[in-house]
Amino acid sequence: MYEEIFKKYSPEKENLIYILHEIQDADPQNYISEEAVEKVAEYLQIEPSHIYGVLTFYTMFSTKPRGKNVIRLCESPPCFHRGSEQMLKKLAQILQVKVGQTTTDGLFTLELCACLGVCGNAPVMMINEDVHGDLTEEKLEKIIDSYKGGK
Amino acid sequence: MKFYRSHILIGIDDASLAAGVKEIEAILRKELQKNNLSEEINILETGTLGLFGTGVSMTVYPEQVTYVNLTTADIAEIVTEHFLKGRPVSRLTLKAPLKKHYNFNYKNRIVLENSGKINPEDVKDYLATGGYEAWEKVLTNMKPEDVVAEVKASGLRGRGGAGFPTGIKWSFTAPIEAEQKLFVINADEGEPGTYKDRLIMEGDPHKLLEGIMIGSYAVGATKAYIYIRGEYKLCIHRLEHAIAEAYDYGIIGKNIFESGFDLDIMIKIGAGAYVCGEETALIESMEGNRGNPRSKPPFPGVSGAWQLPTVVNNVETIANVPSIIAKGSKWFLGYGTDGCSGTKVFTIMGDVNLPGLCEVDMGTALRTIIDEFGGGVKEGHQFKAALVGGAAGVFLPIERLDVNMDFNSLKEYAAVLGSGAILVMDEHADIVEMLYSIIRFFRHESCGKCSPCANGNEMLYKLISKIRKGEGSETDLDNMIMIADAMYHTSFCALGQSLVMPIRSAIEHFRADFLKRMKTK
Repeated sequence: MYEEIFKKYSPEKENLIYILHEIQDADPQNYISEEAVEKVAEYLQIEPSHIYGVLTFYTMFSTKPRGKNVIRLCESPPCFHRGSEQMLKKLAQILQVKVGQTTTDGLFTLELCACLGVCGNAPVMMINEDVHGDLTEEKLEKIIDSYKGGK
Repeated sequence: MKFYRSHILIGIDDASLAAGVKEIEAILRKELQKNNLSEEINILETGTLGLFGTGVSMTVYPEQVTYVNLTTADIAEIVTEHFLKGRPVSRLTLKAPLKKHYNFNYKNRIVLENSGKINPEDVKDYLATGGYEAWEKVLTNMKPEDVVAEVKASGLRGRGGAGFPTGIKWSFTAPIEAEQKLFVINADEGEPGTYKDRLIMEGDPHKLLEGIMIGSYAVGATKAYIYIRGEYKLCIHRLEHAIAEAYDYGIIGKNIFESGFDLDIMIKIGAGAYVCGEETALIESMEGNRGNPRSKPPFPGVSGAWQLPTVVNNVETIANVPSIIAKGSKWFLGYGTDGCSGTKVFTIMGDVNLPGLCEVDMGTALRTIIDEFGGGVKEGHQFKAALVGGAAGVFLPIERLDVNMDFNSLKEYAAVLGSGAILVMDEHADIVEMLYSIIRFFRHESCGKCSPCANGNEMLYKLISKIRKGEGSETDLDNMIMIADAMYHTSFCALGQSLVMPIRSAIEHFRADFLKRMKTK
């Protein structure tokens, strides 16, 4: 996997974030492992500590294994105003997890995030690459169900 | 070119995707095929139609019929009734008050003039609207200094928030002799409530590219980068596609139009960090580092990415440039106010009937924007406050509704135009809760580099949490303003400097909300 990704990018530090995105997307557990950090460090000729610093700075990256589907619920003021707190409660109830945790079946990880820029449809969440807006408690159940069927 | 009887425009953007547009489009295609209409009726995927809160919608030309709130069950009826028999299904069409709003919404547009009308994934559509004529004019008839002078004369000011005059910014970098200069677009739109740049990039990516080309030529940059936030998947896709098209057509690349000018445009993506909207943090991120801001000077225009002279501009700002060059600075000055020329894209959300967007003259009254374009405060509810400019914005009470939305007028009220986000709150809104949400946001997004911001946010979060629990006092309110004020004076970058605005305005105008949370002394 690493070789294929590295082939697309010249070994320069400026490509680090791109490479990390690709590795994380390709990983079935949606995270960057220690092994990955070492491989990237070797390819780009930079210190693993630099990569770790970058990984922990940006919210889209995770250094811990996550579920197959990563749910990112927006908690910024426009969504907060439209009830994101209730949505969070409902999600936690449906999935039986707290923020940052992964469901026991490994299907979902629940995360919070900052503004996704779809505020006209607040409250909003992103599951993997898909945006879901105008959320209601009923809608949440349906959406979560739709990801259970192997999607 | 194939001739079609009707064109169905379907807006594909993050909002309509969220509403399930793809499924409906697939059924529509199938139904058209079933009725042998595929050769007569064209389906065109375009940017946002400018309608929000109306589910999946589509507009049919030349009839100019707009359907809203479509479900999968409606499609067969529309195809047989409208496209086969020529009778639009009035049950599903946009009704009068909304229709007026929709038509009105297209007046006076500059940066979003094509959005919702053309196919953003076909450069031919952009060319048909007069696209890339300004770029050709620049390359064949104008010297770089002429371009800088024209943009300076137009009075164009940065639309990212600070409002710095674009032509002047360019004039700092243009005369610098360097082997390589860079032109960077800040598309890290992260200010809560802001999605104007997303609409431009999703709806008309070539307009942004043309602006980048003209700007790069003006300052002498032969490499341009668009730094875009990682969450904007559709924007990234559409820009990548548009850049590939531009290379194919020889609009960018080596020796463009035999002019001797070379230009490459590349995309850099972020990974979720609000602070990267600050230009020096953005540059750090572009280089593959943590997005910690740099100290200024040197300013990026002199020494930016990889120590090269780097001009950083916002998406909306640069999307204005092609029209300014094509139609002239005098034409541009005809929009907006004295000192704040042109139009501004506002995003309207919260307790309004029609959350969405509008592009209007700079200086349009806040009341007009909320009433005409936002459809007014939700029926049966009272206006309480508007948070203008995003999380780093200002709470405006009802007495300030007539303020003109431009850089200068808002300054008089110690407010900022910011990114143009307008969050409307009705009488049920609790300003304590809103301020809590804002402080929580900044606490999370502080990069931690300087202690005023890192520690200040933590202290503010403790205070607002205390007030929220009903354990606060009026002294806590004074302390919050004092801390935020100290952060304003001592923080390293705009992130830490911003919080004083929402805090001061919330406490000043809505003190009653805070006092309600305090136990009787």
